[in-house]
Amino acid sequence: MSTSESKKTKKPCKILSQECIGTDIYSMWLDAGEIGKNAVPGQFVSLYSRNGGKLLPRPISLCEIDKAEGKLRLVYRVTGKGTGTEEFSRLHAGVPIEAMGPLGNGFPLDAVKGKKVFLMGGGIGIPPMLELAKNLDCEKTAILGYRNADTFLADEIGKYANVVLATEDGSVGTKGNVIDAIRAKGLKADVIYACGPTPMLKALKAYAAENGIECWISLEEKMACGIGACLGCVCHTKDIDSHSNVRNTRICKDGPVFPAEAVELLTVEEQRERIASGHQTETCACSRVKIKED
Amino acid sequence: MNTKVNLAGVELKNPVMTCSGTFGSGMEYGEMIDLNRLGAVVTKGIANVPWPGNPTPRVAEVYGGMLNAIGLQGPGVDVFMERDIPFLKQYDTKIIANVCGKTKEDYVDVVERLSETDVDMLEINISCPNVKAGGIAFGQKADAAEDITKAVKRVSKKPIIMKLSPNVTDITEMAKAVEAGGADVVSLINTLTAMKIDIHKRTFALANKTGGMSGPAVKPVAVRMVYQVANAVKIPIIGMGGIMNAEDALEFILAGATAVAVGTGNFIDPYTTVNVVKGIEEYMERYHVEDINELIGAVK
Repeated sequence: MSTSESKKTKKPCKILSQECIGTDIYSMWLDAGEIGKNAVPGQFVSLYSRNGGKLLPRPISLCEIDKAEGKLRLVYRVTGKGTGTEEFSRLHAGVPIEAMGPLGNGFPLDAVKGKKVFLMGGGIGIPPMLELAKNLDCEKTAILGYRNADTFLADEIGKYANVVLATEDGSVGTKGNVIDAIRAKGLKADVIYACGPTPMLKALKAYAAENGIECWISLEEKMACGIGACLGCVCHTKDIDSHSNVRNTRICKDGPVFPAEAVELLTVEEQRERIASGHQTETCACSRVKIKED
Repeated sequence: MNTKVNLAGVELKNPVMTCSGTFGSGMEYGEMIDLNRLGAVVTKGIANVPWPGNPTPRVAEVYGGMLNAIGLQGPGVDVFMERDIPFLKQYDTKIIANVCGKTKEDYVDVVERLSETDVDMLEINISCPNVKAGGIAFGQKADAAEDITKAVKRVSKKPIIMKLSPNVTDITEMAKAVEAGGADVVSLINTLTAMKIDIHKRTFALANKTGGMSGPAVKPVAVRMVYQVANAVKIPIIGMGGIMNAEDALEFILAGATAVAVGTGNFIDPYTTVNVVKGIEEYMERYHVEDINELIGAVK
């Protein structure tokens, strides 16, 4: 077990550019060296605040990867006043920012040739769709959901895929969410890749199951370590997970991209019920009886 | 220069180890650091059967620290023995298995099983604030702590470390109780029970409502408790709580800890443990300390 086999690194990365591209939406290019050279679409990096009081890394998805140059583009939302993301947005080109990555597993890129693919992004789930669009060699439609006419990245994604827009306020494209847009336009696909808020992913999981479509979703959760050690960012799973030996998988290490049918997107209440019922550790009816006898 | 320390007959190449629950069984951090550099790896809590843990969100940031309510998710002792012990055996570091349970019988069961393995020591978690049954139920009453210590000591073939909770009125009473029960070593502190509220969503930041606070903000509390315990018991102490660098670790050692453990510090920087080892060596060089044991409890 040599540590040189490791592809993950934590190091200071020089900021190459910083730009506001929408309301509270920022785009930052990093000179990330080997982090960038090893990255694939769908992965993320952890960014660290300089404020000693803000300890935990902020996980941010990769919007563009320049593997040859080891450069990464991060498009992120400033989540509020005094937050870590606000601090990042104020850092100018030339200064370093501490980053760890590349983290997690990316989207599967093989086996889409000749297939019709949907790239579905909602809000700050849109950025990873840009690098993904660049890397898929097939018929691609990007269905992008925004709050309003502030449609950041839509034009850039449009260079690599057909773009269909949905907005919550109806100002551009279909009024509603990304699923409303598919239905309104009567669009069909063989494979779906998606990243966005949990309600959107939940609806897509159901849509894909109803229509028998292969569907890959990228999940988000509050994280601490970012590398699979702390078990902070788990998601309930349909089957017993091979690493955890319970119905839980690590989003940071085993995800963030999962086949939609493999994960359960549950509310806190639903999670609580499953845990209380013993479902999370039950392997089959026989093992349940055995545990009771013990 | 000697950096070796001795915990109940187990010799560690240096006093730096990991805090249970922050380091898995070393596989993930082993991709980024050389585990051979560590005095010991302390594993995540191991129960007799798989535990599912708590609902998410399980972690939250607070100023200068974090809260967690993982709920001791674990694969169970069988998987630990088949997969994790052989993994750790590849490295030149000591293996300390952390044990958790809901009942006294659960603890005894796991201790008996692990006694027959290649682990070097067992740390008994009687201080997890995040599970309702077990854990903390044994860690806040002196007689219950003494009783569980006796029960695990009776069956254990390995030295026993009892991990103490800071969520008590007098930590020295707890330390004396586990010493009376036969504990070989005491480790402290586990996390401080805490809460964070999301004012925008008007809900708790953690699904479990409360969680354990850790990180640099708790360090002064931990150093104080290590000092108090060092003056109350004769058994060695493993000190932990917010260690981010060698300077922090040295405070614990000077206060009376024979060994130190890095927990939350791993999340902030995966290289923290190794940097603490290096930093202690540099400190010893700078102040011409021949033997690290000279520093243990040197501040009276």
